[in-house]
Amino acid sequence: MKIIVCAKQVPDTNIIKIDPVKGTLIRDGVPSILNPDDANALEAALELKEQVPGSTVSVVSMGPPQACAMLRECMAMGADNAYLLSSRAFGGADTCATSTTIATGIKKIGDYDIIFAGRQAIDGDTAQVGPQVALRLGLPEVTYVQKIREFKEHSVVVERQMEDGYEVVEVTTPCVLTCVKELNTPRYMSIGGIEEAYNKEITIWDEHDVQLDPSECGLQASPTQVMRSFTPAPKGKGEMLSGTVAEMAATLVKKLDEKHAL
Amino acid sequence: MAIVVNKEKCKGCTLCMKNCPFEAITMENKLAVIGSACTGCGQCVESCPFGAISKTEEAVAGAVDISLYHNVWVFAEQREGKLMGVSIELLGEGRKLADAIGCQLCAILCGDNVAGLADELFEYGAEKVYLAEAPELATYTADAYTKAIMEAIEAYKPEIVLLGATHIGRDLGPCLAVQCNTGLTADCTKLEIDPETKGIMQTRPAFGGNLMATIVCPHHRPQMSTVRPGVMDKAERVAGRKGELIRLTPSYTEGDIRQKVLEVIKNVGETVSLTDAKVIVAGGAGLGNPEGFELLKKLADRLGGTIGASRAAVDSGWIDHSYQVGQTGTTVKPKIYFACGISGAIQHLAGMQNSDIIVAINKNESAPIFEVADYGIVGDLYKVIPAILDILG
Repeated sequence: MKIIVCAKQVPDTNIIKIDPVKGTLIRDGVPSILNPDDANALEAALELKEQVPGSTVSVVSMGPPQACAMLRECMAMGADNAYLLSSRAFGGADTCATSTTIATGIKKIGDYDIIFAGRQAIDGDTAQVGPQVALRLGLPEVTYVQKIREFKEHSVVVERQMEDGYEVVEVTTPCVLTCVKELNTPRYMSIGGIEEAYNKEITIWDEHDVQLDPSECGLQASPTQVMRSFTPAPKGKGEMLSGTVAEMAATLVKKLDEKHAL
Repeated sequence: MAIVVNKEKCKGCTLCMKNCPFEAITMENKLAVIGSACTGCGQCVESCPFGAISKTEEAVAGAVDISLYHNVWVFAEQREGKLMGVSIELLGEGRKLADAIGCQLCAILCGDNVAGLADELFEYGAEKVYLAEAPELATYTADAYTKAIMEAIEAYKPEIVLLGATHIGRDLGPCLAVQCNTGLTADCTKLEIDPETKGIMQTRPAFGGNLMATIVCPHHRPQMSTVRPGVMDKAERVAGRKGELIRLTPSYTEGDIRQKVLEVIKNVGETVSLTDAKVIVAGGAGLGNPEGFELLKKLADRLGGTIGASRAAVDSGWIDHSYQVGQTGTTVKPKIYFACGISGAIQHLAGMQNSDIIVAINKNESAPIFEVADYGIVGDLYKVIPAILDILG
């Protein structure tokens, strides 16, 4: 089987802090990582490859040249090929333009039986690029995949996570599945894999390689624009209660009662 | 809007580089250079002490004649014949937007035998309801819903389409946006109308809640947003209010619908309704073990509320993810939110900081949760909560 994984390099937003004085983001020392949901997507692809001998896993990403580090990590986990769509012309892309670029890259890679993507990236949290890539390739999609039950000849049966349970969905293949963290536990890179990853080439394509006009990618092809951005105003700090545990509990109940909250 | 650096003014101080959330700026020959990772967020514009960085308008491909598009539409999401709460919240917010623009508020309703819900939508303020009924629409699939709604959008041309950021809305929205070749802004927490352009200004958290961005969609229509459940106020219901019902005629042929829902499985046990809860008693890593939730539940039961959890507690396997509050969980705004043993990661705060009253109980007096708490108690939750229960009687 020919398996494609869409991945993104993201800053680890879990350890970003706000400078309390200036109200700006503190970026120093924040590492760039493989987006967590995308690691689940890659794991799903690698598990499928193990089940179907002769399969290949190709990872595709869009981003600056630094994203090669993330793609090497994917290869060290077991991906066979890596492709990076990288060009100044792709900059400033919203999800609409990003999905066009990634879909064009996937078309150039060629044959595929199934495409895995993470549900969403932790820097934007939009969950849009996965399904939008599917639409641009004319493929069906299922989002929030928490379990893959069965591959059939022309379809796959998956569990789609819902707020209050899940749905069992059968979707025709080829298709795009976006994965949530409940799907699996991503493997670690292996020592052999790390060595191998550094001997493999990462294919880097710009807009000419994938035959995209500058008007079809990046900022120019983005319907949405960031008008302004700001760090959220922190809610003012309230009152720290003092005394013994019993005194603090009593004060709290009294205060809540005064506010008619109880 | 592209970011440009004025080479005359740039002093190479690297402040912009340090402030860029996306590591998009590099220094070449002591001048700032904007790289392809730039999202146009504008943080650097404000950070530059020399006024060397600015935003410029750029021609955008695929612009449409926006004067052809009218009215605010709300996707009236129903499951098993029942309207989702977020749809009523969207009607509440949609009413404000429609009034600010001076246009009509409409709902689009898909399902099978759901015409009865149209009356409910009128009572919540929809002036028109577009109704698509077909057996294929009984349970949501991306293909069936996208086709029905696309046909309606093409025929009636709404200027704004709002969807709930549910597992359905976040699946449907991207599909519709690609088909319309328009923008979609996910998980908005605030919507406003620009008084001059009458366009929508959509504010959403990005970067795990570390940054807020206001997004516009000036040249494409419809302007589309998803809105998280629990963020907007519900529309007022006026019994007997009527509106105009417009029936759509969706039809499907072989191969149109490529997903098939074989089974719908609900979580057993009590259903979690964090968005509607008046009181939430939430626990985090500080609980130390899954049994801690039993104590939290006692307090929640006493106050007529429910329990919630931080991601740390969910990731530890102590409680189901449906209880998770925060950026990747549910957004809540109860009257009282008890954060017990929750340190207060920004992702968690993003999901609960709009609660009316926040009570934080934590052993660590420097936990960030105290920064947003109305009342903070430094102490062992296993002692504090029983003490509160004692006083409540």
